Amino acid sequence: MSKSDDLSLGNIKGKPSPTVASNKALPSISTKQGETGSVAAPPKPSSNNTSVQVKSEEAELPQFEKGIIDSLVSKYGDSIKIIYVKPDRIKIEVPSKDIVEIARHIRDESGFDHAESVSATDYPKTGDIEVIYHLGSYTRDDLSSHILSLSTRTDRNNARLPSLIGVFRSVEYHERESFEMVGVYFDNHPRNDRFLLPEDWADIPPLRKEFRIKGR
Amino acid sequence: MSDQEERISETTRLGLEIVKEAEEDRLMTLSVGPQHPGSGHFRFTVKVDGDYIVDCDPDPGYVHRGEEKMCEYRNFIQNIPHLERPVIHDSSNITYSYSLAVEELVKIDVPRRAQFIRAIASELNRQIYTLYWLAIYGIFLGHSTMFMWPTGDRELIIDLMEALTGARVTHAYNIPGGVRNDIPYGFKDRCLRQVSYFEKRLKEYEDIFYNNPLLRQRTEGVAILTKEDAIKLGVTGSVLRASGIPYDIRKAEPYDIYDEIDFNVQYMKTCDSFARAYVPLLDMRESCHIIRQLLDKMPESGEVRAKLQPNPKGPPGEAYRRVESGRGALGYYIVSDGTPRPYRVKISVGSFRNLLALPHLLVGSKLGDMPSVYWSLNYWPVEADR
Repeated sequence: MSKSDDLSLGNIKGKPSPTVASNKALPSISTKQGETGSVAAPPKPSSNNTSVQVKSEEAELPQFEKGIIDSLVSKYGDSIKIIYVKPDRIKIEVPSKDIVEIARHIRDESGFDHAESVSATDYPKTGDIEVIYHLGSYTRDDLSSHILSLSTRTDRNNARLPSLIGVFRSVEYHERESFEMVGVYFDNHPRNDRFLLPEDWADIPPLRKEFRIKGR
Repeated sequence: MSDQEERISETTRLGLEIVKEAEEDRLMTLSVGPQHPGSGHFRFTVKVDGDYIVDCDPDPGYVHRGEEKMCEYRNFIQNIPHLERPVIHDSSNITYSYSLAVEELVKIDVPRRAQFIRAIASELNRQIYTLYWLAIYGIFLGHSTMFMWPTGDRELIIDLMEALTGARVTHAYNIPGGVRNDIPYGFKDRCLRQVSYFEKRLKEYEDIFYNNPLLRQRTEGVAILTKEDAIKLGVTGSVLRASGIPYDIRKAEPYDIYDEIDFNVQYMKTCDSFARAYVPLLDMRESCHIIRQLLDKMPESGEVRAKLQPNPKGPPGEAYRRVESGRGALGYYIVSDGTPRPYRVKISVGSFRNLLALPHLLVGSKLGDMPSVYWSLNYWPVEADR
């Protein structure tokens, strides 16, 4: 994480910042992710794997939404894949190595200033996990109804992604939840540890598809 | 270095160690919840230095029920009853955005009359929730009248919802395609009467509680959440609007018939604990105004539910829809793989987003301000845990 990232929000009365100060031990979660310890290059997102409709005909794009993605595509070119453009909703997919840089560009140039939700979805058929950030804007009135979905993919056997906490401070708890529920390790996140699950949870992350509810 | 200098530096080193130890001794760790009645089903630890909080570590999850996993095992309609469990007091809103997302995936057109009815149910539910929150907020600031009054007035609206849906809480009323049943005979008059009475009571709440000098002194100027920090932390709902940002999903992204309703987004610019407690009251007042218009503009007759297939399903795809609930934006991200069951459901709730503001606000505040700051965040632990 670069020095310019404003991780803490400024301390009140000079007291230490609460949540980011304690960098706890790395996880003991029982998936295969933490064992190798190396950051593997994530696989190229394949185009025919998603359960998502791919619509990219230029003629159908609503005008306003097209303007938002045009500035991104002109800067980053082929690394951005447009999954769909609907009224008020845009979804783009980017490689995980570029996600921090593109997210910063989205924040500074396009005006999306906070993340509403971060969800990770497990796709065992294609062997990867999709992490999607739903970004919204409070500062710009013309963007208030818009949600930009920024998604990326990672290998589900070694799920590691760079954290966006340096760009969007609001992803902190959402990424922590994705770590314990789906087992995606976020590099540079101050705390990849238990949040909602019990402290003695000794099973695989529950939102992985292999995890079955008993009796179902 | 001479002997004397060495001795001095040794003394300094020892002295520093003693100071450091004393500093650690001074800090005391307090555990708040989950049994403590003031925190709900939620635990957080605070470190205090004398009277001031220097560290806060939230630890939610005591009521985590795996709603998102449960959704993957049931079809779109079967999911409704268990999805409203996180907020039983605001159950129409938590199923509202789910219904909107399912309607987008399955491609259902909702009849116009149904759109009005479910907006009315949601506005009434917003008031039920906010009254419950206000009651707890009142009692934890030592104002027992403010516990009794909203709890009593809430009964009247609950009775109204019972007449409408058949259940006092967890109505399972807003469903994909409309509402479960039509409004009963005489509902409109009864609702109008209740709303008029309720507006009068809101004025009394303001006189006895919000204008109380004790409350003012405990909350005004306490725990400031500036506009910039509110945006960075991504807070939502009354917490956001108390920080001077007039953002409401009903206005920003109108769903159903909200674009035909004339209302204002209520917000304050003082950014303090008082503003966060006062904005819900303004919201309730605006909600009364909205209910009147909805009752007035509602078509007299018509369908209240679209006809669905037994196991509704749509083409593969995904949807992200949100509504404004009692605690802020409530969004559903649903991925469908073409089967009648959702492939993945993510519930993005206001309480979980506002939780990030808790450590931010508590650090630097006095311990005595903790109850007012915590409850001013409009935090509902069961919803945050899901």
